[in-house]
Amino acid sequence: MAEYTALVVEDSPTMRQLIVFALKRLPALKVIEADDGVDALKKLQSSKFDILITDINMPIMDGLKLVSLVRKDETHKEIPIIIITTEGAQEDRQRALALGANAYITKPIQAPHVINTVKQLLKL
Amino acid sequence: MARDDEDGPIEAAAGRGKAPIEPEDRIEELLAARQEFLQVFKRGAEFTEELMRENERLRYRVAELEKNISGVEAANRSFADRYVEIEQENNNLLNIYVATYQLHSTLDYDEVLRAITEVTLNFIGAEIFTVTAVESTPRGGWEPKLLVAEGLDWGTAQEVPVSPIAHEVIETGVPHFVSELEGVDADLSSPVVCVPLKIKELTIGVLSIYKFLRQKKRLASVDHELFTLLAGHAATAIFAAKLYTDSKRKLTTIQGFIDLVTSSSTSE
Repeated sequence: MAEYTALVVEDSPTMRQLIVFALKRLPALKVIEADDGVDALKKLQSSKFDILITDINMPIMDGLKLVSLVRKDETHKEIPIIIITTEGAQEDRQRALALGANAYITKPIQAPHVINTVKQLLKL
Repeated sequence: MARDDEDGPIEAAAGRGKAPIEPEDRIEELLAARQEFLQVFKRGAEFTEELMRENERLRYRVAELEKNISGVEAANRSFADRYVEIEQENNNLLNIYVATYQLHSTLDYDEVLRAITEVTLNFIGAEIFTVTAVESTPRGGWEPKLLVAEGLDWGTAQEVPVSPIAHEVIETGVPHFVSELEGVDADLSSPVVCVPLKIKELTIGVLSIYKFLRQKKRLASVDHELFTLLAGHAATAIFAAKLYTDSKRKLTTIQGFIDLVTSSSTSE
């Protein structure tokens, strides 16, 4: 029985499937998917989530904008946020963490790294 | 020899007025006590010897256990290493499964190209790359046709001639890799990785990677497995999608022609 719900925001279906499959190894976690920042905000408004995993480069609304809006949202302002991105520069990492992200993972990802980060943030 | 009327130390110890103990009895008593003492001493000696043997056995057992513990520790380390290996293998298989699934989940030509782009970008970590199809010419040669350009604009990519490395890869069907990725600058005339897209022995295209993401320092085993996968599956997926698109187009044309003929004959 899932105790936690994760929202995975990623425009690439391939990458999204990889993250979802990786997270399936955590039985306590139910995973909901979103295509971009706007889709994610709609889902955040209609349900309560325990963790948010998002890409940065996405159409319509990027991941950084999403992070800043989530941190202002009363319901989800405390939610742990993991960024998964191709942007590997130190300044990108610092910008994301300054906006309120809790963890920053660069692509290509290692599934165990993502799983461990989720476990650490949810204290599983 | 002690006289009968004199109290000896034994009599003194026994107390005056009591019947004197005969020396012979006393000697026997002492001998019995000596014997008893010797028995006790002997038992003590035996017990000590037994303890020493037990000690020796325990020492041997401790040494054996220590040996076993080091064996168990070595087994534990081996299990831990194996666990890490299996985790890595699981991770690799997950990547390969998702990549294969995405490549073969559609017959739409553009979606297949998008899947190849996503696998190369997100799973392998390439920043600048192109996918070029090899099309046969009537004179038996081949000519390149750019299918994907990522990290550089389409116009620039189209102007880039097929590099000698890519040319050789197309001709031989053997992939090209450089071992060290760190500090390599993008050079459009010399890809760092060049993988043929093959259907059996026929090369139908080539994936040329000019630059990897800055965090990608070296090629891992999973990258080589993904290149092998792309080499086979991407080619098949492109080929199948192209056939499907062509046949669909032809079908639409034929259907249009049939509709035209049918409507003309009806109006007459």
